[in-house]
Amino acid sequence: MSDPRVRPVGPYPISQGGWHEGGSSKAYVTNDWRLEKPVVDLEKCVGCLYCWVYCPEPAIDLLDRAGKGPSKVRIDYDHCKGCGICQQVCPPKAIKMVPEEEEIANNGSI
Amino acid sequence: MAQFEPVQTRKSLLTGDEAVAHAVRQSSVDLVAAYPITPQTIIVERIADFAASGAFTGQFVPVESEHSAMSACIGGALAGARAFTATASQGLALMHEMLYAASGLRLPISMAIANRALNSPLNIHNDHTDVMGSIDSGWIQLFVENAEEAYDRVIQSFRIAEAVNLPVAINLDGFTLTHSTEPVEMLSDEVVRGFVGRPPKRDSLMDEAPKSFGLMSLPDSYQFFKDDQSRATTGSSVTISQVEGEYAKLSGREHGPLKIFRPGSKVMMVMLGSYAGTARTTARRMKNDGEQVGVISLGWLRPFPEKQFLDALEGVETLMIMDRSVSYGAPAGPLASDVMSLLYRYGIKRKVIAVTYGLGGRGFLEEDAMRLFRYAGKSGSSFESFFFYGGE
Repeated sequence: MSDPRVRPVGPYPISQGGWHEGGSSKAYVTNDWRLEKPVVDLEKCVGCLYCWVYCPEPAIDLLDRAGKGPSKVRIDYDHCKGCGICQQVCPPKAIKMVPEEEEIANNGSI
Repeated sequence: MAQFEPVQTRKSLLTGDEAVAHAVRQSSVDLVAAYPITPQTIIVERIADFAASGAFTGQFVPVESEHSAMSACIGGALAGARAFTATASQGLALMHEMLYAASGLRLPISMAIANRALNSPLNIHNDHTDVMGSIDSGWIQLFVENAEEAYDRVIQSFRIAEAVNLPVAINLDGFTLTHSTEPVEMLSDEVVRGFVGRPPKRDSLMDEAPKSFGLMSLPDSYQFFKDDQSRATTGSSVTISQVEGEYAKLSGREHGPLKIFRPGSKVMMVMLGSYAGTARTTARRMKNDGEQVGVISLGWLRPFPEKQFLDALEGVETLMIMDRSVSYGAPAGPLASDVMSLLYRYGIKRKVIAVTYGLGGRGFLEEDAMRLFRYAGKSGSSFESFFFYGGE
């Protein structure tokens, strides 16, 4: 048995007081929190950006970032936690919540 | 004591609060964010006066609550500023949440606490209930016996905090110290400025490469931060002594971790704060009647000066530990619990009398100290605890 008094090596270097280089939230991927994922029906999406306003994460992006005019939306699946608020607020009902496993099954990756 | 090289001093008549305000004015403080509360009010008023007259050159931020006061200090300290605040009682309770943020972020913030009772019932007078509720918030906790010591320890607190990256609280008894006028020998502005210097550079919000502070830390890492904080607090005793020694060279005054009066006395009264003076005067008087009583007055409570306290136990039979706050339902008051766990840890057996006294400003006069000393000399049991009612 190892000595219970010994301090183990931490998961990563601990900075005094805890700081991190800027932009760390971007690197922190939260997609495995999700049970259902929002899927955008681009036929129905009108680019009103209600979902962008209501999304508690910055997980809604523009499909066409380069263009100057209105754009339909794209989900950032790295940071979407699957809360489903976007589906609730979407005026043309263009967003559907799809169970993650179903997606996996349909993709045939399992 | 370090060798005394006299510097220009000025003897002034100041209340404890005014002494603190002058110490802040002289210590090149960048930010004071504070909300007034009795009996700390005069500290804030004087600093506001100094800010208005130009004598205080830092930024004075009037805030809408103590929670905001501490939050502003945290923001300032994160930007590299030397920050100070002062509070008491309900104000300290209101900033409780942010006390942990300040210490967890390892910020060198300094704060004066004008110790006062907590509501309810409403009472503005002195005891230690306020600070004992926050004693484990990760701050270095210093206690003073008079206005001059408050002045000295506030100046030292900036150096200590910045060296160990921990916040420091200076506790001074409400009214007994905050509102009593005493002679205080101030150092010159120049000497204090030279002593405190500028805060050393640390990771800051102002750094060119962006940094984010106030991280979330999951079970894999949280305990490491707390472990580091605990080690830093225990280890800070070395730094505090160094800073006190350096200050003694300028002022001739070194308050140290504890003051022992009549070492080796059979009965020792263990105290925090200004009432230790009353106990000492009484012990001196009783000595004339041939009675062996002494006083241990703690200047540091966090970190607890373990070694120095153990050294003070030589020849002592009874420790009468005086708490001005209550740990409801606990085996003893907070100071008595600390001392007893220290005794157990080093396998030392002493008779302990845990006394709760002075709540809500209830007085402690010489005849009170004498009654207690006499009782302690006669008491037969190995442990007892009671509420003591001294003069009103």
